[in-house]
Amino acid sequence: MTNAKGRFGIHGGQYIPETLMNAVIELEEAYEHCRRDESFQSELTALLNGYAGRPSRLYYAERMTRELGGAKIYLKREDLNHTGAHKINNVLGQALLARRMGKTRLIAETGAGQHGVATATAAALMGMECVVFMGEEDTKRQALNVYRMRLLGAEVIPITSGTGTLKDAVSAAMREWTGRIADTHYCLGSVMGPHPFPTIVRDFQAVISREIRSQILEKEGRLPDAVLACVGGGSNAIGAFYHFIGDPSVQLIGCEAAGRGTDTFETAATINTGKLGIFHGMKSYFCQDEYGQIAPVYSISAGLDYPGIGPEHAELHDRGRAQYVAVTDDEAVEAFETLSRMEGIIPAIESAHAVAYAMKLAPAMGKDKLMVVNLSGRGDKDCAAIARYRGEDLHE
Amino acid sequence: MSRITDAFTHGKAFIAFITCGDPDLETTKEAVLAAARSGADLIELGIPFSDPTAEGPVIQAANARALAGGVTTDRILDFAADLRRETPVPLVFMTYANVVFSYGIDRFAQRCSEAGVDGVILPDVPYEEKEEFAPAFRKRSLDFISLIAPTSEHRVGMIAREAEGFLYIVSSLGVTGERSAITTDIGAMVGLVRASSRIPCAVGFGISTPEQAAQMASLSDGAIVGSAIMRIIAEHGRQAAPFVGEYVRSMKDALRPL
Repeated sequence: MTNAKGRFGIHGGQYIPETLMNAVIELEEAYEHCRRDESFQSELTALLNGYAGRPSRLYYAERMTRELGGAKIYLKREDLNHTGAHKINNVLGQALLARRMGKTRLIAETGAGQHGVATATAAALMGMECVVFMGEEDTKRQALNVYRMRLLGAEVIPITSGTGTLKDAVSAAMREWTGRIADTHYCLGSVMGPHPFPTIVRDFQAVISREIRSQILEKEGRLPDAVLACVGGGSNAIGAFYHFIGDPSVQLIGCEAAGRGTDTFETAATINTGKLGIFHGMKSYFCQDEYGQIAPVYSISAGLDYPGIGPEHAELHDRGRAQYVAVTDDEAVEAFETLSRMEGIIPAIESAHAVAYAMKLAPAMGKDKLMVVNLSGRGDKDCAAIARYRGEDLHE
Repeated sequence: MSRITDAFTHGKAFIAFITCGDPDLETTKEAVLAAARSGADLIELGIPFSDPTAEGPVIQAANARALAGGVTTDRILDFAADLRRETPVPLVFMTYANVVFSYGIDRFAQRCSEAGVDGVILPDVPYEEKEEFAPAFRKRSLDFISLIAPTSEHRVGMIAREAEGFLYIVSSLGVTGERSAITTDIGAMVGLVRASSRIPCAVGFGISTPEQAAQMASLSDGAIVGSAIMRIIAEHGRQAAPFVGEYVRSMKDALRPL
């Protein structure tokens, strides 16, 4: 019999060492209190608006719409947030929460570096100590973000164990938290891990769909027909989906990283290639072998290079409310370049996965249809890696 | 009396943890038999996992070597059945939730029962999630072993009341691995357990020297050592068994006067 607490259908739960149980219980209690606390919410809103630059724009991509010749495309410009991605929404919330819990030190995992940069930023802002764990492979792919974190006063610890990518950074952050709990909050960056993290991170990211909803109603007088977002752990996607889950007319599409293809071993498309399992504190879908050994996944995008997906997405998939499609490296890179040239917007390679699927889907939709693509981050960090992918010897 | 409770009837128990398949199962078998002959009262057999989040660097590396060598859950279950034919020492599997879940909880428990394994420890299955796993083992009279940590505080009574086999007391915050000093008040933790249960208590995490083992066992019913043994195996490879035996003897000898 599974414990019902912190579940999304059969997914979620709290599969963590006993050492951390009181920490997550304390976090849940503090969050439940802050969630209802007006002073907490107004402090967070003031930071999101005054510091992070919210609300982010909902931009009508007129040229892209015309070129693709189908649905009217809007881009939700999370790339314009302070620090350049949606990650800041969650981090400001968790940092405030941590401060109210009396914690003085934030630790975080990071893949592409955007969550690490956001955490280092919030720590600087609030005068907290910050340590970021990052796979060694990713510190090479995202050298600029490593520098940014250090500039912001954070310590960056490269992780060499396993595949040296995001999953290993999460494992390292969990191990660190197990060893130092009293003054330390683990600022988890996605809608994953043990309860209450998937709920806390989703609530802090839900601001994205709350804004999309009111912005599109204002511009178009109706809800969109489709909302697209890239999915690794799934925080920007759940943020973009959340306030539309109850509207069946709105198609919700998560774009997974297929890497070199879902028929190869070099993929990170969890829903498309994974199976049910238990890892990193949660029950959900994971890329794994027949004995439950976690697969060494691959994607060009360090932020989507994760073998699992958040439990709420797993449940949205189970009941068919959201659809999860796979987008290859090649398609994402092409979208990265296309959006740059067509709209003058350089998307993060993660977000480019959603743009790529939008480019496929929009022409198949009528001109009277509305599509929103969550542009979760900006692509400056990716320029050197994409140049290398295209055979240019560019180094930062 | 189960074999596990029997392990605590020869004075203070010494419990050895060995990762299966590092560097190969033949070496694991020799090391287990050497440990048993040298006085180990119970053996924890680690089934390697790709991402063992409760382990420090030594056991992480042992897991990685074992998987690289090609061991699987099926091969380890066969191995355990072979081992059982050669020694009566209590055997407990230690692995991670996903290894058991992906195998099928009931199927895994059945194979454990057939192999003569006496229990299982899953460090990423806390009290709140254990009823998903424990019943399959319980119905075959295998013990689903619980852990308490220095942070457990008011949770200790709840966990101890439902504990089976023995209670694994995690000595320190953090992951497995040798430590120069253990600063937790182990006596107080055992006292909390004793207020709700008579279950044997063994202390693990951070113990490597005979002095530490004696100190921990004097406050409880036994000491558990993993990383120090896996370090010996890493150092001596296929020739490790006599060194493991010698080490286990020195540890058990330190517990005998208690």
